[in-house]
Amino acid sequence: MDVNKNTYTFIFAIIMVVVVAAILSSTYIKLKPLQDKNVELEKQQNILSSIGVNILRDSANLIYPIYIKEELIINSKGEILDGSAFDVDLKKELKKDQDNQQLPLFISEVDQEKKYIIPLRGKGLWGPIWGFIALEEDFNTVYGAVFDHKAETPGLGAEINRSFFEDQFAGKSIFEADKLVSIIVVKGGADPSDMHAVDGISGGTITSDGVTNMLAERLSLYSSYLQMMKLENEVKLVMSEMDTVNSIVDSIIN
Amino acid sequence: MSKESLFSKKNRKLLTDPLDDNNPITVQVLGICSALAITVQLEPAVVMALSVFFVLSVANVIVSLLRNLIPSRIRIIVQLVVIATLVILVDEVLKAFVYDVSKELSVFVGLIITNCIIMGRLEAFALGNTPGKAFLDGLGNAFGYGFILIVVAFFRELLGSGTLFGTQVIPLEWYIENGGFYANNGMMILPPMALITVGILIWIQRMKNRKLIESN
Repeated sequence: MDVNKNTYTFIFAIIMVVVVAAILSSTYIKLKPLQDKNVELEKQQNILSSIGVNILRDSANLIYPIYIKEELIINSKGEILDGSAFDVDLKKELKKDQDNQQLPLFISEVDQEKKYIIPLRGKGLWGPIWGFIALEEDFNTVYGAVFDHKAETPGLGAEINRSFFEDQFAGKSIFEADKLVSIIVVKGGADPSDMHAVDGISGGTITSDGVTNMLAERLSLYSSYLQMMKLENEVKLVMSEMDTVNSIVDSIIN
Repeated sequence: MSKESLFSKKNRKLLTDPLDDNNPITVQVLGICSALAITVQLEPAVVMALSVFFVLSVANVIVSLLRNLIPSRIRIIVQLVVIATLVILVDEVLKAFVYDVSKELSVFVGLIITNCIIMGRLEAFALGNTPGKAFLDGLGNAFGYGFILIVVAFFRELLGSGTLFGTQVIPLEWYIENGGFYANNGMMILPPMALITVGILIWIQRMKNRKLIESN
């Protein structure tokens, strides 16, 4: 058999392509459910770790409902929409106009206090980066944050998913008076007293900037909702103060 | 032809040659791209070495089995298809069963496809040798590659981050921040230092192994 004839070459190529395609597509179909399960569990695990609950991925689907009490979809005007927040794919939402995006929000309870978890997604150096940022009941102070990435450089940008980076966010605030200023990742180190800045990663500047942009962009979409809720909180606070004043006045009169 | 035993002198040479005299990185200077990219830390370097180990030995065997059937005009394409298929299989399996490792390696699994060592061994060895020998050659070269990768990663992680496998090994009180005298060398994290580290390894190797020095 002459292996260098044109017909043989063509037949060989065709058989090779068909065989390879069959092998790859059948593995893909076989393994897809397992891979999807991993991705779903990881999302639950990440949401939980933004509120400081660190668990093994395998148990995420059991523990998730214990902490996450409510899932909301809102829009950039702060109105609440119908649907399941967990299934909102931010990758698709990011392609829409800002006004049409569905914005998922997860509300959890830790020690009787509500935490509001906002999913994030943006661009790193080599591919997408994403994460979750949890806010305290004041809708301003950061309770915790987690980040992850698809393809950032190991040892450099990829370090955004390490705790030394993520832990810096806790306690920072995203509003300055009533203006949203988000949190900036500063190259070369942030001033520790700055409530809106954290240290960047040496050698991972573009990924660090990606985190800054992602936070600013995503949080700005939630800002009307957050402002509204903040206002509601303040009204509640004033009301309760009024009550105390009233009761004091009452007691004096009586 | 009498049947050679698997561990005859010649076959042993296939395994040991790439560790020193014919090391793919320090002597043939192949696969440098991945050696620079993923040697910042030990863990990805080890996983990368294992993945290359699998892909190279299996690809060598497959190409060697097909060596009399592959039309020579499209042989490079056939080799690439074999490598790419194996790499995608590895990637899919990692994603399904060891998700964390797959995340750790991320793009670099895909980069195995472009690792010149693998193409080089398929073209130079597997196409002309029997599957058994090709397998040994694959193992040997993967060891030679992995060994250098791990040595480079060891020094880069130790000097660049003060850790090994992510655990702090340089005592924290040594650091200037904590009143000591030591600081991590940030240069070690950047790719140029990987090149310099490889260069130093080549230097040391040639000092020990004089026959590698080219005469001008």
